[in-house]
Amino acid sequence: MSIEVPVPAAAPGRWARFLDGDVWHSFKNSPMAITAAVIACICVFCAVFANWVAPHNPFDLATLDLSDARLPPAWMDEGKRTFLLGTDDQGRDILSALMFGARISLLVGLASVLVSLLVGVSLGLLSGFVGGKVDAFIMRICDVMLSFPSILIALLIDGVGRAMFPNAHDTLAFGVLIVAISLTGWVQYARTVRGSTLVERNKEYVQAARVIGVSPYRIMVRHVLPNVLGPVLVLATIQVAAAIITEATLSFLGVGVPPTSPSLGTLIRIGNDFLFSGEWWITIFPGAMLVLIALSVNLLGDWLRDALNPRLR
Amino acid sequence: MLVFILRRLAQAVIVMLAVAFIAFMLFQYVGDPVSNLLGQDATQEQRQQLRRDLGLDDSFIVQFSHFVANAVEGEFGLSLRQGRKVSSLIVERFPATLELSVTAGVIALLMGIPLGVYSALRRGSFGSQLMMTLSLLGVSLPTFLIGILLILLFAVTLKVLPSFGRGDVVMLGRWSTGFLTLDGWKHLILPGFTLAVFQLALIMRLVRAEMLEVLRADYIKFARARGLPNRAVYFGHALKNTLVPVITITGLQLGSLIAFSIITETVFQWPGMGLLFIQAVQFADIPVMAAYLCLIALIFVIINLGVDLLYFAVDPRLRIERPAGGH
Repeated sequence: MSIEVPVPAAAPGRWARFLDGDVWHSFKNSPMAITAAVIACICVFCAVFANWVAPHNPFDLATLDLSDARLPPAWMDEGKRTFLLGTDDQGRDILSALMFGARISLLVGLASVLVSLLVGVSLGLLSGFVGGKVDAFIMRICDVMLSFPSILIALLIDGVGRAMFPNAHDTLAFGVLIVAISLTGWVQYARTVRGSTLVERNKEYVQAARVIGVSPYRIMVRHVLPNVLGPVLVLATIQVAAAIITEATLSFLGVGVPPTSPSLGTLIRIGNDFLFSGEWWITIFPGAMLVLIALSVNLLGDWLRDALNPRLR
Repeated sequence: MLVFILRRLAQAVIVMLAVAFIAFMLFQYVGDPVSNLLGQDATQEQRQQLRRDLGLDDSFIVQFSHFVANAVEGEFGLSLRQGRKVSSLIVERFPATLELSVTAGVIALLMGIPLGVYSALRRGSFGSQLMMTLSLLGVSLPTFLIGILLILLFAVTLKVLPSFGRGDVVMLGRWSTGFLTLDGWKHLILPGFTLAVFQLALIMRLVRAEMLEVLRADYIKFARARGLPNRAVYFGHALKNTLVPVITITGLQLGSLIAFSIITETVFQWPGMGLLFIQAVQFADIPVMAAYLCLIALIFVIINLGVDLLYFAVDPRLRIERPAGGH
């Protein structure tokens, strides 16, 4: 008589498990999420591969022709087929400038989200896990930060950065900008992570780990951290959109990225000067691109929040 | 009760001191005030003399208390860029910003509440759906883009409204106001609306959500059962109860209106504090930045404090720890 030992089926790969999981199913059933994802992917693709995708290189002075300046989009009477969305005052192709600009916007946005994620998650984890005075101190800072609008804090940090390094190199200007944006965003992560850490801290697995003598640092990083990252993921998605808009706002105000590498906000700022002479396309297309990116990322974030929320299933 | 008020006051003072400390550090360590004032070719003695005169050789605590004492009197020294007193610059610019912010707040309330009520009562109708979509757009569109679009539509294409500056202003003592001239009102429309859009969308969504919540409450069912007409139910009972959170949020948002006016003022070249601040950031004009920072912080702290105290007055549950059974 033989005992049937249930043979565990070969563990499905990560990819297969993902395709079978709730998240993918909810994605497939949400036309909104699919549309947003497609738009976001196209934007990111154009931005990343701007060098190859863009019809012209707006930074290559040799290819610019001033007789092509201020051409309207191709479908208007004076437009040229080669410049689909028209040109600016120096004969640069708007479409190509958009792609290169989106690259810088995305780069700054992603970098600042990453930095604020790092700062916020570590402070929140520390605050929730250690508690006591450390917790009170960090939370008071959060309260103060939250009572001021983020754009104001970003402007202030940016201004201080400018005052400290008056003759800053372009790379440094990027650094200051990223720090300014990320220092306004970390509070959200810190509060979220602190909240979930307070819940996780009292669970049995943490107590068990304590009993067998795992060091607090290890418990915090290896055991608690992975369990509090879910909401952070959602937050980070939405924060990417917020960071891109903050960057655009700062650049529009003239205190953002250096003018040598124009982001979408800089393009809007430049185009704004031509609004009154009737060349609306120089500023409207970068604006539309900005809204498209921000809106699609926001919609993806909303969907992700619903998909990861077990109560809504 | 006294303890609560005192604790909130103490918190407010601590926040203000912290902000003053940041402003002070800006003065001290960002840029060298001595070389700013004397220029490059001053002698060593002149520098020493000025350091002594400015009190830069005093201890840190003495300097800081000196700074706070001056700040309380509204004294922040000279603007590095314009060479004028920061306090007079701010006094000059403050009316423009306040008028813009108040106008925007009034627009947001006057349009946001009715639209919110409408979209709650006619839930699912075409108009309501349209309003919700528009409000989503209003929340996600950056302020400067809204301003540019409005300029393009009303100033460039239709040529009906001005898009630049404040127009004719009337001086009432030291207060310049655009409220008294037709030209001033015309200049106020576009920037006021631009600044209002975000708050408008916010208030509308808030009123709608609160209204839907309240309409499900038992006392509304009871009011209907009593045979009250819809009008009385909606406006006499439901709307009244939704307004408490709306008013607090609006109060809290007044500060953000003043802060966000930085962007609107840049788009419309509105000669207010925001434009002053942006120019200060561009040129690293520390005294102006520090003064603006302290002023905005003061406004925020006062508003937060006021809302907290108002809550305290409105919500009896906050008046805790009364001795039990002490009738």
